[in-house]
Amino acid sequence: MSTYLIYAVGGALIFSIGTYALLAQRHIMHKVIGANIMGSGIFMVLIALGKRTPDGVTDPVPQAMVLTGIVVTVALTALGLSIAKRYYTLTGLDDLDQDPPACDGR
Amino acid sequence: MRDRIRVVPLVAAIALFAIISSTVLDLPRESAGLSEEMIGGAAAIHVNNVVTAVLLDFRGYDTLLEISVLMLATVAVLSLRDPRLGTRRRLTGTADLILRSLGEAVTPIMMVVAGYLVWVGSTKPGGAFQAGAVLGAGGILLALTGWVRPSWARHSVIRLVLSVGLLAFIAVSVTPILAGRTLLDYSDDMRHIVLLILESILTLSIGASMLSLFLASASGGEEDEEAS
Repeated sequence: MSTYLIYAVGGALIFSIGTYALLAQRHIMHKVIGANIMGSGIFMVLIALGKRTPDGVTDPVPQAMVLTGIVVTVALTALGLSIAKRYYTLTGLDDLDQDPPACDGR
Repeated sequence: MRDRIRVVPLVAAIALFAIISSTVLDLPRESAGLSEEMIGGAAAIHVNNVVTAVLLDFRGYDTLLEISVLMLATVAVLSLRDPRLGTRRRLTGTADLILRSLGEAVTPIMMVVAGYLVWVGSTKPGGAFQAGAVLGAGGILLALTGWVRPSWARHSVIRLVLSVGLLAFIAVSVTPILAGRTLLDYSDDMRHIVLLILESILTLSIGASMLSLFLASASGGEEDEEAS
Protein backbone atom coordinates (compact mmCIF):
# COMPACT_ATOMS: atom_id res chain seq x y z
CA MET A 1 0.00 0.00 0.00
CA SER A 2 1.45 3.32 -1.03
CA THR A 3 2.02 6.03 1.55
CA TYR A 4 -0.07 8.61 -0.29
CA LEU A 5 -3.16 6.41 0.18
CA ILE A 6 -2.97 6.83 3.96
CA TYR A 7 -3.13 10.58 3.53
CA ALA A 8 -5.83 10.44 0.84
CA VAL A 9 -8.13 8.16 2.86
CA GLY A 10 -7.31 10.19 5.98
CA GLY A 11 -8.35 13.31 4.08
CA ALA A 12 -11.62 11.61 3.12
CA LEU A 13 -12.17 10.76 6.82
CA ILE A 14 -11.49 14.36 7.89
CA PHE A 15 -13.87 15.57 5.18
CA SER A 16 -16.68 13.32 6.45
CA ILE A 17 -16.08 14.37 10.06
CA GLY A 18 -16.42 17.99 8.92
CA THR A 19 -19.58 17.12 6.99
CA TYR A 20 -21.11 15.53 10.09
CA ALA A 21 -20.23 18.61 12.15
CA LEU A 22 -21.71 20.94 9.54
CA LEU A 23 -24.96 18.97 9.34
CA ALA A 24 -25.43 17.80 12.93
CA GLN A 25 -24.21 20.69 15.06
CA ARG A 26 -26.70 23.43 15.75
CA HIS A 27 -24.31 26.06 17.14
CA ILE A 28 -23.28 28.42 14.34
CA MET A 29 -19.62 28.48 15.37
CA HIS A 30 -19.54 24.68 15.22
CA LYS A 31 -20.92 24.83 11.70
CA VAL A 32 -18.22 27.29 10.60
CA ILE A 33 -15.54 25.10 12.15
CA GLY A 34 -17.10 22.06 10.46
CA ALA A 35 -16.89 23.75 7.06
CA ASN A 36 -13.21 24.52 7.76
CA ILE A 37 -12.53 20.89 8.66
CA MET A 38 -14.20 19.79 5.40
CA GLY A 39 -11.86 22.13 3.50
CA SER A 40 -8.80 20.71 5.25
CA GLY A 41 -9.87 17.18 4.31
CA ILE A 42 -10.21 18.17 0.65
CA PHE A 43 -6.77 19.81 0.71
CA MET A 44 -5.26 16.65 2.17
CA VAL A 45 -6.83 14.47 -0.55
CA LEU A 46 -5.59 16.84 -3.28
CA ILE A 47 -2.03 17.04 -1.94
CA ALA A 48 -1.90 13.26 -1.46
CA LEU A 49 -3.08 12.58 -5.02
CA GLY A 50 -0.40 14.95 -6.35
CA LYS A 51 2.23 12.65 -4.89
CA ARG A 52 1.49 9.77 -7.29
CA THR A 53 4.09 10.78 -9.87
CA PRO A 54 6.54 8.01 -10.80
CA ASP A 55 9.63 10.25 -10.40
CA GLY A 56 8.64 11.44 -6.92
CA VAL A 57 8.35 15.11 -7.93
CA THR A 58 5.03 16.39 -6.61
CA ASP A 59 2.52 17.47 -9.24
CA PRO A 60 2.37 21.29 -8.98
CA VAL A 61 -1.25 21.61 -10.15
CA PRO A 62 -2.91 20.20 -6.98
CA GLN A 63 -0.56 22.36 -4.90
CA ALA A 64 -1.70 25.45 -6.76
CA MET A 65 -5.33 24.37 -6.34
CA VAL A 66 -4.84 23.99 -2.58
CA LEU A 67 -3.23 27.44 -2.40
CA THR A 68 -6.29 28.83 -4.15
CA GLY A 69 -8.55 26.84 -1.83
CA ILE A 70 -6.88 28.18 1.31
CA VAL A 71 -7.67 31.75 0.29
CA VAL A 72 -11.26 30.80 -0.55
CA THR A 73 -11.51 29.12 2.89
CA VAL A 74 -10.32 32.33 4.55
CA ALA A 75 -13.02 34.25 2.68
CA LEU A 76 -15.64 31.64 3.60
CA THR A 77 -14.67 31.66 7.28
CA ALA A 78 -14.70 35.44 7.53
CA LEU A 79 -18.09 35.67 5.83
CA GLY A 80 -19.51 32.87 8.00
CA LEU A 81 -18.26 34.51 11.20
CA SER A 82 -19.64 37.89 10.15
CA ILE A 83 -23.07 36.43 9.42
CA ALA A 84 -22.98 34.52 12.73
CA LYS A 85 -22.06 37.66 14.61
CA ARG A 86 -24.73 39.77 12.94
CA TYR A 87 -27.29 37.04 13.66
CA TYR A 88 -26.23 37.01 17.29
CA THR A 89 -26.36 40.80 17.52
CA LEU A 90 -29.85 40.95 16.04
CA THR A 91 -31.46 37.94 17.72
CA GLY A 92 -29.29 37.09 20.73
CA LEU A 93 -29.22 33.47 19.55
CA ASP A 94 -26.12 31.43 18.78
CA ASP A 95 -27.76 28.30 17.44
CA LEU A 96 -30.29 27.46 14.77
CA ASP A 97 -32.62 25.30 16.89
CA GLN A 98 -34.87 28.11 17.99
CA ASP A 99 -36.76 30.49 15.78
CA PRO A 100 -35.45 34.03 16.10
CA PRO A 101 -37.81 36.53 17.69
CA ALA A 102 -39.32 39.16 15.41
CA CYS A 103 -36.53 41.36 14.19
CA ASP A 104 -36.89 45.02 13.38
CA GLY A 105 -34.27 44.83 10.64
CA ARG A 106 -31.69 47.13 12.17
CA MET B 1 -29.88 17.23 23.39
CA ARG B 2 -26.52 18.61 22.34
CA ASP B 3 -24.78 15.27 22.64
CA ARG B 4 -27.40 13.21 20.81
CA ILE B 5 -26.03 11.58 17.69
CA ARG B 6 -28.03 12.68 14.68
CA VAL B 7 -28.71 9.73 12.40
CA VAL B 8 -29.18 11.37 9.01
CA PRO B 9 -25.96 13.44 9.12
CA LEU B 10 -24.08 10.39 10.43
CA VAL B 11 -25.30 8.22 7.55
CA ALA B 12 -24.50 11.00 5.07
CA ALA B 13 -20.98 11.41 6.48
CA ILE B 14 -20.28 7.67 6.41
CA ALA B 15 -21.62 7.42 2.86
CA LEU B 16 -19.43 10.34 1.77
CA PHE B 17 -16.40 8.73 3.38
CA ALA B 18 -17.13 5.45 1.58
CA ILE B 19 -17.60 7.17 -1.79
CA ILE B 20 -14.50 9.36 -1.55
CA SER B 21 -12.17 6.67 -0.23
CA SER B 22 -13.35 4.10 -2.76
CA THR B 23 -12.77 6.66 -5.54
CA VAL B 24 -9.31 7.44 -4.18
CA LEU B 25 -8.46 3.73 -3.94
CA ASP B 26 -9.78 3.21 -7.47
CA LEU B 27 -7.41 5.72 -9.04
CA PRO B 28 -4.25 4.43 -10.71
CA ARG B 29 -1.43 4.10 -8.19
CA GLU B 30 1.00 5.97 -10.40
CA SER B 31 0.13 8.92 -12.53
CA ALA B 32 2.42 11.61 -13.84
CA GLY B 33 -0.46 14.09 -13.69
CA LEU B 34 0.49 17.31 -15.38
CA SER B 35 3.89 17.77 -13.75
CA GLU B 36 5.94 17.25 -16.92
CA GLU B 37 3.89 19.69 -18.97
CA MET B 38 3.96 22.20 -16.13
CA ILE B 39 7.71 21.98 -15.53
CA GLY B 40 8.38 22.28 -19.26
CA GLY B 41 5.90 25.14 -19.60
CA ALA B 42 7.37 27.02 -16.65
CA ALA B 43 10.84 26.80 -18.18
CA ALA B 44 9.42 28.06 -21.50
CA ILE B 45 8.00 31.21 -19.91
CA HIS B 46 11.09 31.81 -17.69
CA VAL B 47 9.24 31.46 -14.39
CA ASN B 48 11.42 29.22 -12.27
CA ASN B 49 8.85 28.38 -9.64
CA VAL B 50 6.39 25.90 -11.11
CA VAL B 51 3.63 26.59 -8.58
CA THR B 52 3.81 30.33 -9.29
CA ALA B 53 3.68 29.62 -13.02
CA VAL B 54 0.62 27.41 -12.55
CA LEU B 55 -1.13 29.95 -10.34
CA LEU B 56 -0.66 33.07 -12.41
CA ASP B 57 -0.30 31.72 -15.90
CA PHE B 58 -1.49 28.20 -16.74
CA ARG B 59 -4.43 28.32 -14.37
CA GLY B 60 -4.88 32.07 -14.33
CA TYR B 61 -8.66 31.62 -14.24
CA ASP B 62 -8.37 30.07 -10.78
CA THR B 63 -6.45 33.01 -9.43
CA LEU B 64 -8.68 35.55 -11.14
CA LEU B 65 -11.77 33.93 -9.62
CA GLU B 66 -9.96 33.51 -6.28
CA ILE B 67 -9.25 37.21 -5.98
CA SER B 68 -12.86 37.86 -7.06
CA VAL B 69 -14.12 35.57 -4.27
CA LEU B 70 -11.92 37.34 -1.73
CA MET B 71 -13.15 40.73 -2.96
CA LEU B 72 -16.78 39.56 -2.85
CA ALA B 73 -16.38 38.21 0.69
CA THR B 74 -14.78 41.49 1.79
CA VAL B 75 -17.65 43.51 0.33
CA ALA B 76 -20.18 41.19 2.00
CA VAL B 77 -18.41 41.30 5.38
CA LEU B 78 -18.07 45.08 5.24
CA SER B 79 -21.76 45.46 4.46
CA LEU B 80 -22.68 43.16 7.38
CA ARG B 81 -21.05 45.51 9.88
CA ASP B 82 -23.24 46.92 12.58
CA PRO B 83 -24.14 50.41 11.33
CA ARG B 84 -24.47 51.76 14.86
CA LEU B 85 -20.79 51.33 15.58
CA GLY B 86 -18.21 53.80 14.39
CA THR B 87 -15.33 52.48 12.32
CA ARG B 88 -12.52 54.61 13.75
CA ARG B 89 -12.35 53.02 17.16
CA ARG B 90 -9.60 51.41 19.13
CA LEU B 91 -10.00 47.66 19.16
CA THR B 92 -8.36 47.24 22.55
CA GLY B 93 -9.37 49.36 25.47
CA THR B 94 -5.95 50.40 26.70
CA ALA B 95 -3.02 50.89 24.38
CA ASP B 96 -0.27 49.43 26.52
CA LEU B 97 3.20 50.91 25.93
CA ILE B 98 4.86 47.50 25.51
CA LEU B 99 2.15 46.31 23.10
CA ARG B 100 2.40 49.53 21.09
CA SER B 101 6.18 49.30 20.86
CA LEU B 102 5.94 45.67 19.81
CA GLY B 103 3.52 46.57 17.02
CA GLU B 104 5.70 49.45 15.89
CA ALA B 105 8.83 47.29 15.88
CA VAL B 106 7.41 44.20 14.19
CA THR B 107 5.19 45.76 11.52
CA PRO B 108 8.02 47.30 9.42
CA ILE B 109 9.77 43.92 9.42
CA MET B 110 6.56 42.27 8.24
CA MET B 111 6.26 44.82 5.43
CA VAL B 112 9.80 44.00 4.30
CA VAL B 113 9.02 40.28 4.48
CA ALA B 114 5.91 40.85 2.36
CA GLY B 115 7.96 42.69 -0.27
CA TYR B 116 10.54 39.89 -0.25
CA LEU B 117 7.85 37.22 -0.68
CA VAL B 118 6.48 38.98 -3.78
CA TRP B 119 9.92 39.36 -5.26
CA VAL B 120 11.01 35.80 -4.51
CA GLY B 121 7.72 34.35 -5.80
CA SER B 122 9.06 33.84 -9.32
CA THR B 123 11.90 31.57 -8.24
CA LYS B 124 10.98 30.09 -4.85
CA PRO B 125 7.83 29.46 -2.85
CA GLY B 126 6.17 32.80 -2.27
CA GLY B 127 3.93 35.11 -4.19
CA ALA B 128 1.11 37.59 -3.85
CA PHE B 129 -1.20 35.64 -1.57
CA GLN B 130 1.49 34.71 0.93
CA ALA B 131 2.83 38.26 0.90
CA GLY B 132 -0.69 39.65 1.26
CA ALA B 133 -1.31 37.38 4.24
CA VAL B 134 1.86 38.65 5.94
CA LEU B 135 0.90 42.24 5.17
CA GLY B 136 -2.62 41.70 6.50
CA ALA B 137 -1.24 40.04 9.63
CA GLY B 138 0.98 43.09 10.18
CA GLY B 139 -2.07 45.31 9.93
CA ILE B 140 -4.01 43.10 12.35
CA LEU B 141 -1.10 43.27 14.80
CA LEU B 142 -1.15 47.07 14.57
CA ALA B 143 -4.90 47.13 15.12
CA LEU B 144 -4.61 44.82 18.14
CA THR B 145 -1.90 46.99 19.70
CA GLY B 146 -4.11 50.05 19.78
CA TRP B 147 -3.53 51.64 16.38
CA VAL B 148 -6.34 53.76 14.96
CA ARG B 149 -6.87 54.26 11.25
CA PRO B 150 -5.14 57.53 10.29
CA SER B 151 -7.33 60.30 8.97
CA TRP B 152 -5.87 60.20 5.44
CA ALA B 153 -7.16 56.63 5.06
CA ARG B 154 -10.70 57.61 4.17
CA HIS B 155 -13.25 55.05 3.07
CA SER B 156 -12.67 56.01 -0.56
CA VAL B 157 -8.93 55.31 -0.19
CA ILE B 158 -9.59 51.96 1.49
CA ARG B 159 -12.07 50.94 -1.20
CA LEU B 160 -9.58 51.89 -3.89
CA VAL B 161 -6.83 49.77 -2.30
CA LEU B 162 -9.27 46.88 -1.84
CA SER B 163 -10.43 46.86 -5.42
CA VAL B 164 -7.27 47.84 -7.30
CA GLY B 165 -5.94 44.26 -7.24
CA LEU B 166 -8.99 42.76 -8.93
CA LEU B 167 -9.21 45.68 -11.38
CA ALA B 168 -5.52 45.34 -12.31
CA PHE B 169 -5.90 41.59 -12.75
CA ILE B 170 -8.95 42.07 -14.99
CA ALA B 171 -7.05 44.68 -17.01
CA VAL B 172 -4.06 42.36 -17.45
CA SER B 173 -6.36 39.44 -18.36
CA VAL B 174 -8.36 41.37 -20.94
CA THR B 175 -5.43 43.13 -22.64
CA PRO B 176 -4.45 40.02 -24.68
CA ILE B 177 -7.99 39.96 -26.16
CA LEU B 178 -7.48 43.46 -27.53
CA ALA B 179 -4.26 42.25 -29.13
CA GLY B 180 -6.14 39.43 -30.85
CA ARG B 181 -5.24 36.57 -28.50
CA THR B 182 -7.38 34.86 -25.87
CA LEU B 183 -8.12 35.77 -22.27
CA LEU B 184 -5.07 35.53 -19.97
CA ASP B 185 -2.74 34.71 -22.90
CA TYR B 186 0.08 37.06 -21.93
CA SER B 187 2.64 38.10 -24.51
CA ASP B 188 6.09 36.63 -24.01
CA ASP B 189 8.28 39.72 -23.93
CA MET B 190 6.40 41.57 -21.18
CA ARG B 191 5.28 38.58 -19.15
CA HIS B 192 7.80 38.66 -16.34
CA ILE B 193 7.61 42.36 -15.53
CA VAL B 194 3.83 42.51 -15.95
CA LEU B 195 3.33 39.55 -13.61
CA LEU B 196 5.67 41.11 -11.03
CA ILE B 197 3.79 44.43 -11.08
CA LEU B 198 0.47 42.58 -10.96
CA GLU B 199 1.65 40.51 -7.97
CA SER B 200 2.73 43.66 -6.13
CA ILE B 201 -0.66 45.32 -6.65
CA LEU B 202 -2.44 42.09 -5.69
CA THR B 203 -0.38 41.93 -2.49
CA LEU B 204 -1.63 45.37 -1.41
CA SER B 205 -5.25 44.44 -2.15
CA ILE B 206 -5.03 41.05 -0.46
CA GLY B 207 -3.41 42.56 2.62
CA ALA B 208 -6.11 45.22 2.78
CA SER B 209 -8.81 42.55 2.31
CA MET B 210 -7.43 40.41 5.15
CA LEU B 211 -7.25 43.44 7.44
CA SER B 212 -10.77 44.56 6.52
CA LEU B 213 -12.16 41.05 7.04
CA PHE B 214 -10.58 40.92 10.48
CA LEU B 215 -11.52 44.44 11.57
CA ALA B 216 -15.10 44.15 10.32
CA SER B 217 -15.61 40.83 12.10
CA ALA B 218 -13.79 41.86 15.25
CA SER B 219 -15.26 45.29 15.85
CA GLY B 220 -17.95 45.80 18.41
CA GLY B 221 -17.73 42.47 20.22
CA GLU B 222 -16.98 43.92 23.62
CA GLU B 223 -19.74 46.52 23.43
CA ASP B 224 -22.29 43.86 22.61
CA GLU B 225 -21.28 41.75 25.57
CA GLU B 226 -21.50 44.71 27.91
CA ALA B 227 -24.90 45.67 26.57
CA SER B 228 -26.43 42.24 26.96
